[in-house]
Amino acid sequence: MNPRILAATTGRILRQLRHDRRTIALLVVVPAVLLTLVYYMYADQPTPPGQPAVFDRVALVMLGFFPFIIMFLVTSIAMLRERTTGTLERLLTTPLGKVDLLFGYGIAFGLAGALQATVASVVAYWFFDLHTAGTSALVILIAAVNAVLAVALGLFCSAFARTEFQAVQFMPVVVAPQLLLCGLFVPRGQMAGWLQAISDVLPLSYAVEALQEVGAHAEPTGTMWRDVAIVAGAAVLALVLAAATLRRRSG
Amino acid sequence: MDDAIAVRDLVVDRGRRRVLDGISCTVRRGVVTGLLGPSGSGKTTLMRAVVGVQVIAGGSVTVLGRPAGSPALRRQVGYLTQAPSVYADLTVRENARYFAAIQGCGRAEADQAVADVGLAGAATQLVGTLSGGQRSRASLACALVGGPELVILDEPTVGQDPVLRADLWARFHEMAAAGTTLLVSSHVMDEAARCDRLLLIREGRLIADDTPDAVRAAAGVDDLDEAFLRLIRANEAGPTGDAGREAS
Repeated sequence: MNPRILAATTGRILRQLRHDRRTIALLVVVPAVLLTLVYYMYADQPTPPGQPAVFDRVALVMLGFFPFIIMFLVTSIAMLRERTTGTLERLLTTPLGKVDLLFGYGIAFGLAGALQATVASVVAYWFFDLHTAGTSALVILIAAVNAVLAVALGLFCSAFARTEFQAVQFMPVVVAPQLLLCGLFVPRGQMAGWLQAISDVLPLSYAVEALQEVGAHAEPTGTMWRDVAIVAGAAVLALVLAAATLRRRSG
Repeated sequence: MDDAIAVRDLVVDRGRRRVLDGISCTVRRGVVTGLLGPSGSGKTTLMRAVVGVQVIAGGSVTVLGRPAGSPALRRQVGYLTQAPSVYADLTVRENARYFAAIQGCGRAEADQAVADVGLAGAATQLVGTLSGGQRSRASLACALVGGPELVILDEPTVGQDPVLRADLWARFHEMAAAGTTLLVSSHVMDEAARCDRLLLIREGRLIADDTPDAVRAAAGVDDLDEAFLRLIRANEAGPTGDAGREAS
């Protein structure tokens, strides 16, 4: 790893994003619009006794979902473009290390994910009066770690797609099972044993648990930190796997 | 060590097809060597082997005294891919500055590289909005930034108007005069005459390795296009067929 090259690469990726105003607008606006829908969907639903309001429960988890879904898609396409336009091949003939490239994406899109989560949190807390026992800063932190995980998974999956059509298809494969089994729709404890076992190995389950910890406890809990560490560890593992897909020599 | 590149018995397979079939050749330092041959003859594959991104099935490629693809070479070799490999969503200047930063060069060197390919006026334009010829020059600027010792250019003049083409070739010769080694591929024979030395490949085999004048003399005609045709026919007719190696 070379700090100068890593910084140049991170800057380059952010500059590419900056030139794409429409993407930035979508990144920022879409979560707010979806939160608005969810707010009005549940506005007239009664709150179950002794439980958080349905909107609080759903919106909190959604704040973690947005960066995960969007950064996975954005990264898979961006990395696929590097592969198909020849920029990756050129980069691999230069002193740039694989880690410089992968971490550059992790940092750049991690920041974009954090920005997205911040705007969505502002909307959720200020406009829709989202209530969590813990602080919103922890919610944004967890969302940002989630974004880095999504970037790492996107970098890895892009190696298995030859076209943008294929890359987009990896979204339901990688993201949908994690959304379904993360505990939002059915609490993990109430799932059949084999579903729980699958849920246990999916990193998003831990991100959702961490968010729920912030929702229920005023102070950060040990479980929350453990969950954040698991998500971060999964991100590192995915980055290592992604590095293994980058070959300087090809056929 | 007079040779910048030494290729020995290089064999490359892509899929089931043998793309390079036992090529041996050398590229001298400080001159412009043209790599010529019809489309699909293996020019790009040979260049990829030289920059060390091609998996090879046999033989060896030595570049500036080291095996091709050695980490130390990544600062010394500039590579222009055939399709322009620059970021369409960055400006020309941003592209050049990024590749300059990777090579450890500053902004001034990046801006100089952009000016050298005649794109100073379009420096702040997004690459995606450029014409095909401008885009490939933007890509060229990124390959030349930082003044690499060896420059591998895969069809750098495709889509350029005649004036710009002449300018680019003049620039290549200036670089060679300053000590840079250039390997430039083309499938246009009129560019062959501009090279100091020529490598002609066809169907994965080397059929000439000489100066343009020696190639003309060996074939007995003045026109290089015609000379290559004769060499190819002689090569196909002959049992061992290695007119080029005999000529050199």
